[in-house]
Amino acid sequence: MIETFEAIARNYRQNEGNVISLLQDTQEAFGYIPREAIDYYSQTLGIASSRFFGVVTFYAQFRMKPTGRHKITACCGTACHVRGADRILNSLRLELKLKPDEDTTKDGEFTLEQVNCVGACSIAPVVIVDKKVYSKTTADNILKQLRALKGPSHDEK
Amino acid sequence: MTKNKTVVNVCMGTGGMASGGAEVLQAFRAELEAAAFPAEVKEHCLAHRVGCRGLCAKDVLVDVLTDGSVTTYQFIKPDMVPRIVTEHIIGKTPVAEWQVGEDYENFHQKQVKIVLSDCGKIDPEDPDDYHAVGGYGTARDVLTEWLPGEVIEEIKASGLRGRGGAGFPTGLKWELGRKARGDIKYIICNADEGDPGAFMDRAVIEGNPHAVIEGMIIAAYAIGAHHGYVYIRAEYPLAVERLKLAIERARRRLFLGRNIFGTTFDFDIQVKLGAGAFVCGEETALIASIEGQRGMPRPKPPFPVNKGLWQRPTVINNVETLANVPYIMRRGYQWYASHGTERSRGTKVFALTGKIKNPGLIEVPMGITLREIIEDIGGGIEGGKKLKAVQTGGPSGGCIPANMLDINVDYESLAKVGSIVGSGGMIVLDEDNCMVNMAKYFIQFTQEESCGKCVPCRIGTKRLLEIMERITKGQGKEGDLELLDTLSNSIKVTSLCGLGQTAPNPVLSTLKYFREEFEAHVRDKKCPAKVCKDLITYSIIEGACKGCGACLRACPAGAVTGEKKKPHKIDPDICIKCGACFEACKFKSVGRD
Repeated sequence: MIETFEAIARNYRQNEGNVISLLQDTQEAFGYIPREAIDYYSQTLGIASSRFFGVVTFYAQFRMKPTGRHKITACCGTACHVRGADRILNSLRLELKLKPDEDTTKDGEFTLEQVNCVGACSIAPVVIVDKKVYSKTTADNILKQLRALKGPSHDEK
Repeated sequence: MTKNKTVVNVCMGTGGMASGGAEVLQAFRAELEAAAFPAEVKEHCLAHRVGCRGLCAKDVLVDVLTDGSVTTYQFIKPDMVPRIVTEHIIGKTPVAEWQVGEDYENFHQKQVKIVLSDCGKIDPEDPDDYHAVGGYGTARDVLTEWLPGEVIEEIKASGLRGRGGAGFPTGLKWELGRKARGDIKYIICNADEGDPGAFMDRAVIEGNPHAVIEGMIIAAYAIGAHHGYVYIRAEYPLAVERLKLAIERARRRLFLGRNIFGTTFDFDIQVKLGAGAFVCGEETALIASIEGQRGMPRPKPPFPVNKGLWQRPTVINNVETLANVPYIMRRGYQWYASHGTERSRGTKVFALTGKIKNPGLIEVPMGITLREIIEDIGGGIEGGKKLKAVQTGGPSGGCIPANMLDINVDYESLAKVGSIVGSGGMIVLDEDNCMVNMAKYFIQFTQEESCGKCVPCRIGTKRLLEIMERITKGQGKEGDLELLDTLSNSIKVTSLCGLGQTAPNPVLSTLKYFREEFEAHVRDKKCPAKVCKDLITYSIIEGACKGCGACLRACPAGAVTGEKKKPHKIDPDICIKCGACFEACKFKSVGRD
């Protein structure tokens, strides 16, 4: 972990010196921003950790918790909304048994992410499961994909 | 390109890719490779990727150009490719049943393509393709034959106005940038398309990133900037990839860098990824974000054009604005100004989506009527439903009710009825959409995206949302509508930046045109469109139920009970109102009231 922090911090010093880019590189490497990363950068670069926290919590892109093995992105843009995106989202939350403030299942299998718009409005509603785009989809269809990902053992229960 | 007798263009924008564009292209390449052509014919066969041509709903779209004629196919899957190659490319007989129909032609008939004219025709990743249609030649001519002041005059005369939403005259902005004092100046391309339900900028960058780069070169020359930035959403991975590739390749051909086009002018572009904040579409917030700060706006003046990025003079233009520039410089201001209306010149790209038969990306002359867009281009409402309203301008805009369909689409006409052209989102709503829910949706969006710096926006939008939530839950009170109105107007006049100043627009315009729908929620506790969950109940219509069990299986909450072949029942205390039973029932025996 430390080696990666080091490399990213070195890049920061040599290049533009931009906190957002530094954090984007970190998230790219780990899938989230580990708490340790902020402590490390703060110490080695001499920047108050509050600056990092400020940026991380301001932008929707950053997260401080690891993501699940499978990532589901439900688009909630206007075009998807008028075609029933929230029904799909609710069914997904129900299926994954997520509490209102949770986005990742307890077993670390799934992360359900809600985004403002992926810009594929003419094929709405859109859900992306592990980078595969499902267009003009329904709750039923996505649930089928999820159950397939979970494997047969879950179905028998 | 012209040497090739047969060219297959496969649509590979985000829409095309989602529908399997890459696989179709692969299939064509493999099939053409394997086909029984003589070697010299094979040399002249080419399958290549193109950007979005608009009608993503019919993807994957494929053009086959052979012997001087173009045939377009729709809904193409890889397994359909061999037949097209055998019958059409080898046998010279197009596969009639897979060709696009009349609606494809209607979709394009009333459009006028300037910004999108080369999208869907050229390979976005190949600068030579753009070069072949005249691209970069314009920038070279401008840099070698025009004075910066002349360029500014040309753009001013064309009447081009900012396509990001506010509609500020582009030529004037450049002039202010040129006059601003400072040795170092910046040009920024704003590609932070945060408006949900809009994808114009994404499609332009995916389909023809070179036009944006060329526009930036010309703008930089006009204002005297040597550094440019493109601030683009990270949520558009394909657009980012193509833009970076296009810049890299333009650099290699010396269109960017030192002494570009052999002149003494230096100019280079850097790509900055946005990190997902709607407010960063606002100029001063965008600048803060490029500087690595929280993207919070600051009061203006000083305007960015005097004190912008790193406190230097900075001109910020939207993607579509910049993509217009090469075409204006190439064909002259008279040509450009001949499109559109007196005060809104040229064309505008819209993302036509929602409950429309042919959703997609369209470019229309300013001043076209909304009716022409909805009925002629979009093919009307899907499923034979009735049009209710058209929402334009996203979270900053408003709704135009169905009875105002003959309105002209331009900056002034839309502003007059309480909406805006905005960045170009155009969402069609039908009778199944609840207007109160729509207003709540947008307020929820702006409330979440409010940066929190100024009180009216931070707290005002929160209170607006709470009232809207109460109304949609059937807890609306007498006086709520008046309160919404007063609060909205206070937020509008006291907020710091454009986000807060426009956030109440969706509420105000729906209140104005759909007041009776609000009243039904508040007074009768009913949602006429049957969307607001807390105001509807699901029940089984006993006489119609065949007892097939589809609803029972579909219900995630276990609220449905019943024996096979006997009428089922829904327990209202357990029902979570997800609507799964309603969708699952084939006999229309689930009632929603």
